[in-house]
Amino acid sequence: MYQLIKQIIKTGIKTESPPLPDEALRVDAQRLQEEILHVFGSALNIRHVDAGSCNGCELEIHAVTNAYYNIKGLGIKFVASPRHADMLLVTGPVSRHMATALKRTFDATPEPKLVVAIGDCACDGGIFCSNDGSPDGGSESYASCGKVSNVIPVDVMVSGCPPTPTAILQGILTAISAQK
Amino acid sequence: MPINNPNVHLTKLSGAIPAWSGVIKPDDLQPTCQSVSDGGGRLVALWGSDEREQNKGFALHVALVNEKGLICLNVPLPNDLPSYPDISQIFPVANRMQRAAYDLLGIYAHEGHDHRKWLRHAAWHGGSFPLRKDFDAAKSRTEESDAYPFVQVEGQGVHEIAVGPVHAGIIEPGHFRFSVVGEKTLRLEERLGYTHKGIEKRFESMNLQQGAKLAGRVSGDSTVAYAWAYAMAAESIAAVTPPDRALWLRALFLERERIANHLGDLGYLGNDVALSFGFAQFWILKEQLLRNNAALFGHRYLMDKIVPGGVAVALSESDKQTLLEECAMLERDVRLLRGIYDEHAGVQDRFIGAGRIAPKLAAQLGLCGLAGRASSQAWDARVQFPCAPYDKLDVQMATYRNGDVAARVIVRFDELFESLRLQREILANLVHDDILSAPLEKLPAHGFGIGMIEGWRGEVLVAIHTDAQGKLTRVHPHDPSWQNWPALEHAVIGNIVPDFPLINKSFNLSYSGQDL
Repeated sequence: MYQLIKQIIKTGIKTESPPLPDEALRVDAQRLQEEILHVFGSALNIRHVDAGSCNGCELEIHAVTNAYYNIKGLGIKFVASPRHADMLLVTGPVSRHMATALKRTFDATPEPKLVVAIGDCACDGGIFCSNDGSPDGGSESYASCGKVSNVIPVDVMVSGCPPTPTAILQGILTAISAQK
Repeated sequence: MPINNPNVHLTKLSGAIPAWSGVIKPDDLQPTCQSVSDGGGRLVALWGSDEREQNKGFALHVALVNEKGLICLNVPLPNDLPSYPDISQIFPVANRMQRAAYDLLGIYAHEGHDHRKWLRHAAWHGGSFPLRKDFDAAKSRTEESDAYPFVQVEGQGVHEIAVGPVHAGIIEPGHFRFSVVGEKTLRLEERLGYTHKGIEKRFESMNLQQGAKLAGRVSGDSTVAYAWAYAMAAESIAAVTPPDRALWLRALFLERERIANHLGDLGYLGNDVALSFGFAQFWILKEQLLRNNAALFGHRYLMDKIVPGGVAVALSESDKQTLLEECAMLERDVRLLRGIYDEHAGVQDRFIGAGRIAPKLAAQLGLCGLAGRASSQAWDARVQFPCAPYDKLDVQMATYRNGDVAARVIVRFDELFESLRLQREILANLVHDDILSAPLEKLPAHGFGIGMIEGWRGEVLVAIHTDAQGKLTRVHPHDPSWQNWPALEHAVIGNIVPDFPLINKSFNLSYSGQDL
């Protein structure tokens, strides 16, 4: 126990200051009223849904919870059920096998709710989604519905392969900040 | 020759690892598999291909491994009746691979006992096969629902708990069906395939360089292992050897991937037994390593840094010092944290005895990778088939025999220290040279090549077939999770349901890697 406490004291506080919201990440006009966002801004529950990713984005979502980014310190936490969630954080091109589960998760999340699409695949289908030989992808395939907004409405998109923890945090903070 | 059988004629493939390939008749498949199994060998991968355009019907491909190396069997199958003898009686891990081969290509194992679908849910109907060259995506759509016959456990007080595909944590999707009495698990049945996004079909419309990027995204946590295995397969077909410096850098990347994942897992294993201190500490270390990756190589997970022919990024002399300092820091801190884990009664109480797979069962199931080594299965491609530069590194394999969560933790710690030692050796051997890559633009026609790399989770295999123009006509990436997912079903028997997350984490298998 002595070693454990000594290590905690020696480690100190690693948390860095969070990024500022970026209006460029916002997809649609604000779906939620400012007053609600004000409330979300001080305590937010997120349900993560992997809709078919390669698990690269999951690595970075995990990293957002480490001591450097310390998302919990901002009053934001990941919850186990969509019933408890204010926001869905969705990764991956939406595989056809996950489309129903994603829609049901969205429907199970109480209003008002926000959706943030994480990663290139969630934003535009990414590398997986085209069988026509075009290098940029983007369309659908026999196994993939492509981008998240093909299946459920999206408020904010964060690109990157995978996006950095700072970019993910910025996307989340943009979604809950009132539009300028 | 790796096997002595007068009916099997093998030719050696060029490339970085000892591998042979040969065509055999369907009737010779079972005896050949049996003799490899009797000699202590294992099944690594099984896949099919559509070669009707070359007037060759379909083909089944089976990759076996024994102490000599990889043996790739090509079994031609007729157009009208593409069936082959079941090998899941010899290698139980073949079961899901055979079912997946049917879902994707319509080739099937006769005599098999389990013909349920595996990768197919409801995205395409059962009469269409995505990896056939004449597959029409539009006509394959179906409105049928996804019914799957789970095995039912009956008896007084038995009930089922259905979990997923959307799980409670930040993890990939899959469905688990527990049959329990009270808190005790009688049976777990997995249903995977939720993240099936058509990776293998996607390869067929890509050129060599695009394919390298896709290979690096089969399972994001193993991007280096996949990119290297893919490059190794391409280099084997083209008979190209990457420059020395590129090979040393690849090994550096692979060991850094192993260190990063082991740090992350050790943190989460602490977290799963309510020691959040462990998560906080290990993830500080992991973050520092990822930041060094970003600063020195331009990507936190080193995606796209291995390319066919070589590597895409170098390491300057001055940056070596950063990595040596990181090594020293990690060695010091991980040693201290290991002491804390070892002496923490609460942690050890949860770790020891949980999710045990005895060595004998592990051998039957063909358990591989780090989970296999925690159950006495002494397989590590870096040791048995050391491709350059591992032939100069003398990797020390970490094995343990208890096969429980504690053993998988011990193997992770041991491998982490070994990887840090290897990283120092690699840095010492990394000579300066401006050439990072050998030219490799296009592959020869009708080629077949294979690459196998010991990733952090286990052996990652990539097979490449080219057509008459030298284009990718079939690429099969194989994740070690195919081998280890079925073993998880055994590991949880008799454990309480609340220990499942801990046991699952101690394996930490890939969904995306097996769903393809």
